[in-house]
Amino acid sequence: MNAPGKIDPKVRNFQINFGPQHPAAHGVLRLILELDGEIVERVDPHIGLLHRGTEKLIEAKTYLQAVPYFDRLDYVAPMNQEHAFCLAIERLLGVTVPKRGQLIRVLYSEIGRILSHMLNVTTQALDVGALTPPLWGFEEREKLMMFYERASGSRMHAAYFRPGGVHQDLPRQLVEDILAWTKTFPAFMDDLEGLLTDNRIFKQRNVDIGIVSLEDAWAWGFSGVMVRGSGAAWDLRKAQPYECYDELEFDIPIGKNCDNYDRYCIRMEEMRQSAQIMRQCCERLLKEAGPVSAVDNKIVPPKRGEMKRSMEALIHHFKLYTEGFHVPAGEAYAAVEAPKGEFGVYVVADGTNKPYRCKIRAPGFAHLQAMDFLCRGYMLADISAILGSLDIVFGEVDR
Amino acid sequence: MDETLKELGAHVKEALPDAVEEVLVAYGELTLVASAAEVIKVLRFLRDDPSCRFVSFIDICGVDWPQREKRFDVVYHLLSPTLNARIRIRVETDETTPVASATAVFPGAFWFEREAFDMYGILFSGHPELRRILTDYGFDGYPLRKDFPTTGLVEVRYDDERKRVVYEPVKLAQEFRSFDFLSPWEGPDYVLPGDEKATPPKAG
Repeated sequence: MNAPGKIDPKVRNFQINFGPQHPAAHGVLRLILELDGEIVERVDPHIGLLHRGTEKLIEAKTYLQAVPYFDRLDYVAPMNQEHAFCLAIERLLGVTVPKRGQLIRVLYSEIGRILSHMLNVTTQALDVGALTPPLWGFEEREKLMMFYERASGSRMHAAYFRPGGVHQDLPRQLVEDILAWTKTFPAFMDDLEGLLTDNRIFKQRNVDIGIVSLEDAWAWGFSGVMVRGSGAAWDLRKAQPYECYDELEFDIPIGKNCDNYDRYCIRMEEMRQSAQIMRQCCERLLKEAGPVSAVDNKIVPPKRGEMKRSMEALIHHFKLYTEGFHVPAGEAYAAVEAPKGEFGVYVVADGTNKPYRCKIRAPGFAHLQAMDFLCRGYMLADISAILGSLDIVFGEVDR
Repeated sequence: MDETLKELGAHVKEALPDAVEEVLVAYGELTLVASAAEVIKVLRFLRDDPSCRFVSFIDICGVDWPQREKRFDVVYHLLSPTLNARIRIRVETDETTPVASATAVFPGAFWFEREAFDMYGILFSGHPELRRILTDYGFDGYPLRKDFPTTGLVEVRYDDERKRVVYEPVKLAQEFRSFDFLSPWEGPDYVLPGDEKATPPKAG
């Protein structure tokens, strides 16, 4: 080490490129690292390699045509994104979603949460050297993706949540199958925890790594698991309940050590809680019948069968799939508790059939910008552990 | 809900009468229209005032209104976990007037301001590193401005002869199709195709 103020010209910091094709970069992240030996001095993330101009494209599309773009943001939990956009439009339109529609939305949001946490927890374990968890976890994710497919016809890019409700009702058999799955899931979680929670290597790589105080977490724009890991009892599902979350029973786990390991533990517990919520939704869906989307045909297109018989339905169908519905002028910010944190959509409407401006506030963007702040002074090997713990998906960071 | 938001807005307006120009409550959301020069004062007050505590930084974004003299809105979103309330602060600026950077108040504004600069060309004074973030290295133009074409200006391909990626002006095989779906029954400001023939027959 040099004495302060005295720099040896022959010794200088080492700069390395991490990514954009590094397997632990979780996508196309390029980090420029400045190292003093193995100690990280500075991190400069270069993002935008997956920038697709989603916000610009949405401005050129009608509200309904814009929905599928949201699947392509955080592509491991697609429906949670659509949800925020639908909530923003519904607030401007003043539409309420019928109870059955709300239950289906909650059910699929929670499936999305498990999909996302499962991917994150297991691949973060892979980054720190455990190969088995992703092999086990992906099997469970595959089952959940089948539920996505059986509801929407697509494993990932669902476009299932629509302004006013959801696109179609669920078949009874599907609800029963999801209910059966929620009963087998806790045993799987026990197995997965057996691999990681008390694993010596996993703990050595994660305990006391990536510490962030609560005050810093708020000021850096963190949300979701990142603030709960730092001890804030804050979850939008409890604090600002949307849909029917206030009628469901679930707990919010919070951490106290503010490190990677606490965030891992929170994600594991949240998956169990999500399965709990899904079970309650399925039980109610089996009992309660009703419409799944608002009945206002000026916003929600009529069903195809109806269209064949009714002239009015035919006109509505034609108008909604060409012109689309008009949203009254105004602005709204709607946020949901997406698996990665607060996913918000800020819509400025000008009274026409297209959004004037649609800002997508992605949680990963705020988390990733703090990489420099989080990683300074840690070792090179901790970079991938911290990055994994932030839960970054490039679809939403780059938009 | 609206009442508490109105009270909160009135409280901020009372404390900072010359910085806050207007307090609006719409769709259950509170908006403060502030003067661009004073925005840091407003943000700092909202963060530190014991009855506000908007400590959680959410978002900064731009909105383009090209027909206005000051064409950009800069919109800040904050969240108060103590009050369980959200607030939106809106200021106006143009292409040349910088807005003071919020990075001193909220470190999380760092990338969000870079993004607003990248997308709209909004300048932030006092920002530690105001460079492009989402667009390509060497990108020219501000893509989210309303006068920027959706198709972009350049396209990129791999040139097999030169063995490298080359940039060329964008060539469209077909015009970008932007249909006017707005209802003709509500009276467009142009003559619909075919309508020019429909002059009423002269009497007699």
